[in-house]
Amino acid sequence: MMRSVVPLRFLRPAFRATVPFSTSSRRNHAQGNLEKRKLNIPIDFAASSYLALNSKAAFSNPELPSTLSTTSKTKRMNLFQAVNDALATILETDEKACIFGEDVAFGGVFRCTMGLSERFGGERVFNTPLTEQGIIGFAVGMATQGHTALPEIQFADYLFPSFDQLHNEASKLRYRSGGAESFNSGHFVVRMPTGAVGHGALYHSQSPEGFFMGTQGLKVVIPRGPIQAKGLLIAAARGPDPVVFMEPKILYRAAVEEVPVGEYELPIGKAEIVQMGDQITLISWGTMMYVCELAAKAAKERLGVSVEVIDLRTIRPWDKQTIKESVDKTGRCIVVHEASRTGGVGESIASEVQERSFLRLEAPVQRVTGWDVHMPLVFENFMVPDVARVFDSIKKTMEY
Amino acid sequence: MLARSVKAARLATPLRACYAPANSFSLRRNVTTDAASSHADKDAVPAEDDKKFTVNLSPESFESYKIEGPSTEVEVSKNDLKKMYLDMVTIRRMEMAADKLYKEKKIRGFCHLSTGQEAVAAGMEHALTPEDHVITAYRCHGFALMRGATVKSIIGELLGRREGIAYGKGGSMHMFCKGFYGGNGIVGAQVPVGAGIGFAMKYLNKKNTTFALYGDGASNQGQVFEAYNMAKLWDIPVVFACENNKYGMGTAANRSSALTQYYQRGQYIPGLKVNGMDVLAVKQASAWAREYTTSGNGPLVMEFVTYRYGGHSMSDPGTTYRTREEVQRMRSTQDPIQGLKQKILEWGIVSEEDLKSLDKQAKQLVDKEVKEAEEAPFPENTPKILFEDIYVRGSEPDFMKGRTLEETHYYRE
Repeated sequence: MMRSVVPLRFLRPAFRATVPFSTSSRRNHAQGNLEKRKLNIPIDFAASSYLALNSKAAFSNPELPSTLSTTSKTKRMNLFQAVNDALATILETDEKACIFGEDVAFGGVFRCTMGLSERFGGERVFNTPLTEQGIIGFAVGMATQGHTALPEIQFADYLFPSFDQLHNEASKLRYRSGGAESFNSGHFVVRMPTGAVGHGALYHSQSPEGFFMGTQGLKVVIPRGPIQAKGLLIAAARGPDPVVFMEPKILYRAAVEEVPVGEYELPIGKAEIVQMGDQITLISWGTMMYVCELAAKAAKERLGVSVEVIDLRTIRPWDKQTIKESVDKTGRCIVVHEASRTGGVGESIASEVQERSFLRLEAPVQRVTGWDVHMPLVFENFMVPDVARVFDSIKKTMEY
Repeated sequence: MLARSVKAARLATPLRACYAPANSFSLRRNVTTDAASSHADKDAVPAEDDKKFTVNLSPESFESYKIEGPSTEVEVSKNDLKKMYLDMVTIRRMEMAADKLYKEKKIRGFCHLSTGQEAVAAGMEHALTPEDHVITAYRCHGFALMRGATVKSIIGELLGRREGIAYGKGGSMHMFCKGFYGGNGIVGAQVPVGAGIGFAMKYLNKKNTTFALYGDGASNQGQVFEAYNMAKLWDIPVVFACENNKYGMGTAANRSSALTQYYQRGQYIPGLKVNGMDVLAVKQASAWAREYTTSGNGPLVMEFVTYRYGGHSMSDPGTTYRTREEVQRMRSTQDPIQGLKQKILEWGIVSEEDLKSLDKQAKQLVDKEVKEAEEAPFPENTPKILFEDIYVRGSEPDFMKGRTLEETHYYRE
């Protein structure tokens, strides 16, 4: 059948995942001298409390089924391995599930589909031509026939040729067919790597989740780490709605957790409070969670501010209830995301918060986002919110 | 080998037809890729450097579809041949310099080299005028150089310097100069843009053509076919030129394309397949295509049969989906530079020493400009530079908010 597995780290356009936050000898001129930095220090993922670094921490997650901790062990995995594990689980338990995309049979650019073609056969895990619109249209057709379609778009930046199929076909199918069962595009998850990596520039570092704020009928999920990715991906594939699943590409190798080996689902449409606090609500997702963690820590230490940090996880439809309850409690709210400010998800959250919690607010809702420019090659770290910017926003909000 | 259930196998059967193993027929590429297959009568070569003489290309240089292709008799002068040689050597030197800088971690991110494919960029430029247009995808360094960009501005861009061709904000696939529209990271997106440029030429009654280049991988994108249709419908002077280097990323052409005869893919558009390893064949075909498209005949689909020696990109070793022997064979027997060199010496165009001095000239130029590019400053990280070029001058908002009051950028000062 297909040829033997080859470790592909390359592919269109070339990509090498390096962590811009790492203490690389490559000095980043846009961020200044490392020794002088106080807030924008390299992120140590192994010290993050948002990742479960041992089995006990992993199983203490109340969202996991309680039976899991007695029947299952954990395994150390990074994000791409967890995605791979989830995909294998889906293929194992659902014989109609198929994975397809550009070079996925060889493992894909980020190795998320490594070994799956060998294990499940070239009929179920197969390469497509470079044809994004075709891939998604094809997936919609499969899904209408009861298949679980798991297409991959190689980079979220390549999503746009297929945007029509997502926005006009996948998302509208149920509605326009009056909900007839055979015209359903559920069991459909489009996976794609998203976000900045430090040097991806205009076509490999964008975060296009905001474009889906105007799309009804699609779900958009962005996990912050391996445990989340596995549970959310399995839930997405088994759910009745089409899901856009964006995996922060910088975290593929950087975020490592002890992931339960058994199958489990995590709730889609529900935000997670990852850190309790009572003075300010910090909302983010994906890579920016770790920036928020450091900013919240700095705010505690320097300003004595108690920050509640929320991982939104599902970007559309986002969990308005959890956010409202938190902002009603804290009276202050900041949204942090990588994508540009105008048209970003932060706009939607800020306006909803204002409508729902106006009388509770002590300060205007702040947004810390990418600037309204394209993702520039040399200024990528400058474009993406850093700890100093989030900290500054916390300080300003508190002093308002 | 396959650990799936019997039931799953039955379900999947209809899809199996897509996975017919590669067969020798579909891998066959009919035109030759011999870079030294042309002939000239040594005695007929004139003494003057600028006087034209006839070179006979191999009869296997072209294959046409729904049209009679170009003549295999090319008129060139000694100067033309020397320039072609110098161009190809300079492109290769520059790509090698980029390769080295990447491996030294000075170039970061994305970098796609065209080593092995130099004859296409060089030969095409010798058939075009500066008023013609070229647009391509991400393997664009050679084309940018041929269209008039300097080595310094190209390498400077890869290094992210202010003096780079896009001010260091683009990188490898973002290069623009007069008559050259990039450089595009979205596979296939450049093809309809090329048709639009061609339409403008027609509208403005300009006798210029547009080469819209794409790879064998991109040829399956829907927008390529949309562009074909519009171009034929409105008889647009555009050449849809597919650089078939056999692999779209890590997938061989026959595993991604139902029809690998890319020159026939226009269906209702005439096509021409060309030996893309022979710079003279490329020049002849491009000149013919230019003449055809600018004479009111509408579009043309071309296929340059070529080969990249390196991987798809810098992080692809390029040996996982093809054999080392295949790469080695192409390098040692079909190299475009060696092919032309052999002919130049065989026809007595210049001596071996003269060729060596051309090599040296290319090396010195590239070394000098790479050094200058490396010494060039990074863009300043000021709001002025970060926020430039996102709005047309005069239409900007009053200001763009920065992190602090001091960082706020006011467009109108």
